[in-house]
This record gives sequence, C-alpha cells and structure tokens, in this order.
Amino acid sequence: MFKHEIIEKNATLLLVGSLFVVSIGGIIEIAPLFYLETTIEKVEGMRPYTPLELKGREIYMREGCYNCHSQMIRPLRDEVERYGHYSLAAESMFDHPFQWGSKRTGPDLARVGGRYSDEWQVDHLKDPKALVPETVMPKYGFLSATNLNYTLIEDTLKTNRIVGVPYTDAQIANAKQDLETQATLDGDELDGFEARYQKASARDFDGNPNAITEMDALVAYLQMLGTLVDFDLYDASANRR
Amino acid sequence: MSDKNDKFKTQETILDHLPEHEKSRVEANEHSTTGHEWDGIKEFDKPIPRWWMWTYILSIVFAIGYMIAYPAIPLVNDYTKGLLNWSSRDAVEQQISEAKLAQSVYIDALNITALDDVAGNEELMIFAVEGGKSAYAVNCVQCHGSGAIGSKGYPNLNDDEWLWGGTLEEIYTTISHGIRFDEDEDSRYSEMPAFLTDEMLAKDEIAQVAHFVRSFTGLEHNAADAALGAVIFEDNCAGCHGDTGAGDKDQGAPNLADAVWLYGADQQTLVNTISTGRKGVMPAWAHRLDDTVLKQLTLFVHSRGGGL
Repeated sequence: MFKHEIIEKNATLLLVGSLFVVSIGGIIEIAPLFYLETTIEKVEGMRPYTPLELKGREIYMREGCYNCHSQMIRPLRDEVERYGHYSLAAESMFDHPFQWGSKRTGPDLARVGGRYSDEWQVDHLKDPKALVPETVMPKYGFLSATNLNYTLIEDTLKTNRIVGVPYTDAQIANAKQDLETQATLDGDELDGFEARYQKASARDFDGNPNAITEMDALVAYLQMLGTLVDFDLYDASANRR
Repeated sequence: MSDKNDKFKTQETILDHLPEHEKSRVEANEHSTTGHEWDGIKEFDKPIPRWWMWTYILSIVFAIGYMIAYPAIPLVNDYTKGLLNWSSRDAVEQQISEAKLAQSVYIDALNITALDDVAGNEELMIFAVEGGKSAYAVNCVQCHGSGAIGSKGYPNLNDDEWLWGGTLEEIYTTISHGIRFDEDEDSRYSEMPAFLTDEMLAKDEIAQVAHFVRSFTGLEHNAADAALGAVIFEDNCAGCHGDTGAGDKDQGAPNLADAVWLYGADQQTLVNTISTGRKGVMPAWAHRLDDTVLKQLTLFVHSRGGGL
C-alpha cells in the first residue's frame, strides 16, 4: 500500500512529485495559449517597433521604468475611463519581454502616446516636479545629454526576428538609416522609412536637432505607446474574453 | 535557592501545555506517534483538524463549480466558455454603459444644449462642471497643474488672459483640436519665429526689443535701448502682437502688455524667446474623449474664471 511516508522521506521523489503536479497546471492553462488562434486578437494597425522606438524601449527597461509604471489597462471600469480602451493581447505581441506589470507608483503608460506634447515629455523627464509638484518621479535629464548608441541596431532587429517579430529584410538592412531618419527628419529617406513603418512619425523628439540622444529614443517610444491599433475597425464581439 | 534554579528543578514537558482531556489520553498512550524521535521529541500521528479538512474539500467543490460556470479550460481550438457565458470584456462594457445610462438624463441634455445655454440650467451646469473637474484631474493636471495655475510654458487657466480666446466656443475648439498638434488637421497653428536662429535680427537688436517689451508693463528697462527696440518691434513684431503689444487671439499671439507671462519676463528669458522662438503644443482631445466630456471640460475651464 502507498504510504505518504515514502515521498516524505525521499527528497528526490518529493521534488519530482511536486514538479509533476505543478506542471499539470502549466500544461493545461499556459501551453494552449501558444497554439490557440484566439489568444491574440485580429487587429488592424499593429507593426513592429521602429529602430528608434526599439532603442527607446531598451532605455525604458534599462532605467527600470517598469518598477513604477505598468503597461496594461485591465478591463475594469475605472481603468478604462482613466486610461482608455483596455489593452489587447495583440498590442504587446511584438514585446520581448512584455512590460505589463502590476506595480503602479506612477500611472499606467499603455496609452500614453500622443497624450502630451513632445516638449512636455522632455520637460517632465528632466524635472517632473517642475510640472507636477505632487510627483515622486526621479529626474532623467541625463538622457538629453547622452548620445544614443545605436551601432548594434541591426543585430537588435535580427534578435527580435529570431524570437518572432516579423521584421523584413529591408527593415533590417535599413535599420540604422531608419533610426536616423526618424530622429532627424532627413527628407531624402523619409518616404522609404514611412513605407516600412506605417503610422510612424519622424520628427526631432527632444528639441535638440543637432544630436540623436537617448531622450529622442525614449520620447519616440512613449509617443507611440498604445496608438497603433485602429479601434474603429476592432470587433469587440469577436474577441470576447 | 533562587527562582532561576527552581525552573530547572521541575522540568516542563509538552504535557503541561495540553488541555486536561488530551493530557489523560496521552498519559494512557492512546495516541500513536510517527515513530521518529529527535532528542526525545516525538511527533503525534494525528489527522489534520476537521474544519481544515472540510475547507479543503469545499474548496475543491467550489473550484469544480467555478470551472463549470466560468471560462476555464483551454481546448484544441477554443476554450470552455462556462454556463454563465461571462466575459470580462463584456462586463466592463456593460458597467460603463450602465453608468452612462444612470447619467443619461444629464448627458442627453448636455449633448443637445449649446455651450452658451448650459449656464441657464443650474442642475445641468453643476453636472457639467463637476464632470469637467473629474476629467480635468485625469487628463489636464499634468501640464496645467492640479490647481490650474500652469507652469512655465503651460498656461494658467485661472487668470483672465487667453492665448487663443476665452469664449466657450474658443475653449472648446482648443480642447478638441489642440494647439499646433500635428496629428489633428483642425489644430490651430502659429509660430513665434526664431529671430536669431533664422538670422532675422542681430543679438543686440534682440536685446533692444526685449527692453522695449519690458517697457509695456513698466518693468525695469534701459530707455535708450527700448527706444531703439520700439522701431524694430514695429517692423518685426507688431504684425502679430499689435502696435501696443496687445496680442492677437486669432493667431495665438500673446498680449505683451498684461503682465502675464507664459515663459517669463526677465531680460534673459525674453531674449531666449525672441532668439529661438516658441511653439508650445497642446494635444487634441477630440479623438480620445467623448464630446460630452469635451463640453464638460470646456465649461469647467471656463468656470475657473476669466472666461469671456
């Protein structure tokens, strides 16, 4: 007869047994999300990040913005009324890793794009208290003084492609050029850039046209957050969850 | 002997801490032990408490019921929807539409009432201003401040001065379409030129204009420089700001004679403003907020004071 004593006295057996039981939950609840076609909604407008936005995203992660800001508007009335349409799975399908989070010392940023002017974003990152006296956000003025290092941007795009982001060969080949075009509004290459990245806006984000700084990249990233999906074409009834 | 030594004399055992009925059972050796012994410590082999066992069983029963009632198990092509056919996304939409329905008397009235007429209906006005206050707290405080006093580059909404006009209609347009907001084609646009960067004026000329501008509001200035600046002002600045510096709300040219300053009135700030220009941006809100909310915001901002 099976006695509980057997697994209690055998650490290896206990470990294997625990792992087996826990993995049942994982296999049943998580594994199907990778093959179920209903996991990610069909939407119009999603595209991979532009090279500049991708660098901005790296800075966002490097500075640990996720420690205070989530990027996930949950389907709850107070969140939808405050931040806008609840987040869709499709909106973070190109995120590696995603920035959903649950820690909100600051507000959710899933739809912060276009909410404030570039100038505000720069002023606010440099000295948050000057604009919002109640805030506890630290200053990030050094981003304006740091030139963006984008020598490896092609490889960054390639790495993203390996994990499933559908960057085209043209997007990878032009990565460096596209990054410079988006930050400096270089007229010659603008058409190619806009063709490769729909709805991407090229402009001088940080108010300093003489250099491509980390501030340019971060503001470019913030200003596109949550702006891609065309909700006029989104079919809510087909995507019940 | 001290008390301390007494403690060692009578050795306490687990028995001393057991209730009477347990104690007798232990003494009669009615409990079996797990069979281990560590330094004289034995472990009773007793079942877990009955209430605990029942909680455990009921949790399982609840979980089964929950899985039947709500979406739960992923399958090959889809997932089990549950008998209640519940959806978090439907639930939030329903909650919001219920909330709107509860306010519908006011919302409908506000939608059909012209901005100028809302003040005539006291109850509707309270609804509009309070709603606007909430929307302001969520969307506007980041730039204009929680008390609407603004900060450098972001206008104070409490004063009597308006860059683009302070009538209800003008405030509504500004909130809806923003100012110099590229993504909205109805956004009003104007730009203070960069007189130094674009080589329209020399450095000393700019300093003279700044002296003249300070003279409008009686700020300390060099009269000789200001006199020279007056001529330059007439040629370069009066087109937008007017001969007397009164500004032009149609093109968002600030009044320079009202002692209200968006960026500051010290000589250096004025020189910077004239040298590199200004073009503050206000985002458009028409595509983010309901028209009802836009109207509420308009009436709230207007009610802060100074509305025309």
